[in-house]
This record gives sequence, structure tokens and C-alpha cells, in this order.
Amino acid sequence: MGEQAPARPGRYSPGLPRLVPGTYAAVVLKLPPFVYLAPASLEEALSLHADHEDESRVLAGGQSLIPLLALRLARPEYLVDLSRIGELEGISEEDGAVCIGAMTSELALEHSHLIAERLPLLPQALSFIGHPAIRSRGTLGGSLAHGDPAAELPAVALVLGAQLVAESRDRGRRTIAARDFFLGPFTTALQGDEILTEIRIPWQAPGTGSCFHEVARRLGDFAMVGVAAVARVEQGMIRSCRVALTGVADRAVLRTDGELGLTGESAGSFDAAARRLAEELNPPADLHGSAPYRRHLVRTLVPRVLERACQAAAAGAIS
Amino acid sequence: MIPITLTVNGQLREGSVEGRVTLADFLRERLGLTGTHLGCEHGVCGACTVLLDGEPARSCLVLAVQAQDKEVTTVEGLSGSEPLSALQRAMRDNFSFQCGFCTPGFLIQAWALLKENPRPTEEEVRHALSGNLCRCTGYQSIVAGVLAASTRAPLESQQEGSL
Repeated sequence: MGEQAPARPGRYSPGLPRLVPGTYAAVVLKLPPFVYLAPASLEEALSLHADHEDESRVLAGGQSLIPLLALRLARPEYLVDLSRIGELEGISEEDGAVCIGAMTSELALEHSHLIAERLPLLPQALSFIGHPAIRSRGTLGGSLAHGDPAAELPAVALVLGAQLVAESRDRGRRTIAARDFFLGPFTTALQGDEILTEIRIPWQAPGTGSCFHEVARRLGDFAMVGVAAVARVEQGMIRSCRVALTGVADRAVLRTDGELGLTGESAGSFDAAARRLAEELNPPADLHGSAPYRRHLVRTLVPRVLERACQAAAAGAIS
Repeated sequence: MIPITLTVNGQLREGSVEGRVTLADFLRERLGLTGTHLGCEHGVCGACTVLLDGEPARSCLVLAVQAQDKEVTTVEGLSGSEPLSALQRAMRDNFSFQCGFCTPGFLIQAWALLKENPRPTEEEVRHALSGNLCRCTGYQSIVAGVLAASTRAPLESQQEGSL
């Protein structure tokens, strides 16, 4: 008889704690160690974040950051959780803009009458984000500050001309236009000590129409290509329009009617502009879609979304 | 270690955890509520879905410390004092599972759907359950089970208090 084989490490190793409530000693830990900080006020959060600048990450809804921690792709020394700061949540109106606290959940935005009335594009885009159990936790500020190049909300912020309010302990408040905010994959204009606190989005003006649509492998997946458009139409002609795309570059991309060559064009002939745009872009290739396929999606989706936006504008509705 | 207090299935529970412990692990390993299953552990599969203050949430993407003062409902809390809730009975009667691993997440998500929309269409059921993965059944029987529950007794008649 040989010696008993040494316990192999792994899920069923006898060294693991038994699952008996109250008697158990240790938890299997998946996330890397960090110091968890849960400030009760923004002031405190800014101070903690500034104290640890490079070693600290801000936790909003956690629907992107916690997976990154679980996969150990992020290993911050400090985690500053904003979820107890009530002042960062809420939706209000001021000077023709909707002001949204950065910690407002996607679910709250979906259910907001104010948003439905003033920013009808937003709930349309929200319905494509993840699933109900993701949107109940995910936040507008978290998604924007995360800067995923395939996420929906950066495209919405760009196409609606959102202003992003960043605050830091030492330099106070500044406002960054959405088009200056997204710098690259998971990279934004936020400085190491800054926290995104508020998003101000101008009302969608009466007479304009908007639409969001995307193509993904499965409902709730990140888009292979997503398109957001806002258009103003007068007597069948494009007076102005903006198109933002996600999933086609290292960040969300914005094009205006001038850049698209659509100013004064009749509302309905978008194929040529979409072809030019598709050629100009250099979309990434991955498991979900090749670069030529993503170009194809740009050629298909851009006219479709613009048409719907123009129809909505012509219908006099603002959606 | 950080002390936490939360309500789980109507009971006040206390504990002390490291910041990096997920709510899922806290429920399973501290409280012994192993009905909440962990599949992918990064928010893709939906098996660990629980109700957090009434809304469905991935318990693998919530830190236990973030559940401070919140109300959590796990699959163990769905039936109250009954052996099975009407939703669970309907899903059993429709063979809405094979191995059963994903079932707790489906139950919670379906429960949340029926609370908000007691008479969903098939499309609405499929839409609501799209974030939950099942590797056995092909979803047909799961959708059938939820639809069957929606045409039986309303959820309100069973253990409203346990939510």
C-alpha cells in the first residue's frame, strides 16, 4: 500500500471549506485583493480618489469593472464605490438640457418620463444594452467613463452632443464635450483624480427625429455595429443630421451632415453617404464579425437608421 | 473585514466580509444558500441572478458589501412557506429544465418579469430571459413554463410577503 495521494488542488480539493452555514472559515475568492472604500459624499469620494490617484479605480454599477476584476484584468489597490452617494443619482432639467447624475442606473433612465419626452433616443438605445439584470445595476456615468468602443451609450452621448461634468478635489469642476471625451479603447479624457459626476444632454429639439439600431450576434451582446442618428428635415431635405457609430473603431465615432455630404440632400438617399463612410472606416475584426462584414453593416444600418430618424422628424414627433 | 447587514428572503442577516467577496459567494458560502448558482462568474450566464431591492441583478457582479441594508431574494425565497411557488410548479410541469443548473437564475428573472408584466407575450418572455443561458433544453420548455405560470394564479396570491 502506497502513501495516500496528496490532495490535488482544484475545485473539489478536500482543503476547501465545507458549505455549512456558520461553521465555515474562509471564502473562495475570485477577485484580486483591494481596499474597499465606500464614501458617503462626493467630497469624500474625490478626496479618497485623489489620495490614491493611480492605484484607485472608481466603482459605479460594476457591470464592467467587476468582470474585469473577476478575470483579473484589473487589479486596483483601492476601489472607491460611489453607490452610497445619493447626490450622484437623479434626473432633472436645466436650461434646455436634461441633467443626469452619473450614478443613475440604466433602469431608472428607461423608466423616466422626462427622458422619454426630452431624449427619446436614449430609451431606444438602452433596450439594446445587456439584459434587465445588467441594466438594473449599470449606470450612465459608468458606461461613459469605461469607454468601451462597442458600447451604446458613448454613441448616444456623441450624437446628442452631451456635456460631461468631471470633478476633482484639487482642480474643481470642468465640463468636457462628448466629442472630446472618448480618446481610445477604454480611455477617456478623465484625469487620474477625476470622477465623472453628471451628464448634461440638450433636449432633442422639436422638428428633429432620431433612431438607434444595432446588429449583435445575440440580443444583449455588444454590437458588432450600432448606429445612432438625429436628423432635422425641412420640406423633404436634410437640414442637419448627426450620425454616431459604435463597434467600428477604437472608440465611438461621430459624423455630421457636412462630413457625410448630406447637407441639403433629399431625405431618403443615404446609400452613397453610407458607402463612403464604410470605406473611410477601418473597423476591427474579431470572433463576432470580420472587418468587411462590419463595413457591410455600416452600409446597411446607416441608411436604415437615418431613414427612420427622418421619418420621425417628418412625422413631427421628436422620437 | 467589513461588517454587513442585509435582509435575505425576509430575514435579517449579518456577516463580516472582505471587500472582494461577491454577493453570490456570500449567499452560498456564508449563508449556505446554495440555490444561487455560479456559472461564468463574470456576468454572462445569468445563473446567479437574485432580486436586489426587487430588481433582478447578477449576484456575481455585486460585492457583498454593496448589499448593505438591501433586500435580497434568492430562489430559496420564492416559495415562501409553500414547497413550490406557482411559477416553480408551472416550470416543473413543463419540464423547464434538464440538469437544473441554470434554473434558479431563470426562476428569478421570470419572477421579476411576471411581477412587472403578469401576462407577457411569448416574445416578451424570450426578451426578458435573453440574459440567461441554458445549455440543455433549447429554451422552448422554459418559455412554455413561464407562459403557463402567467396564465395560472397571479403571483400576488402567493407569498407576496417573501419579496
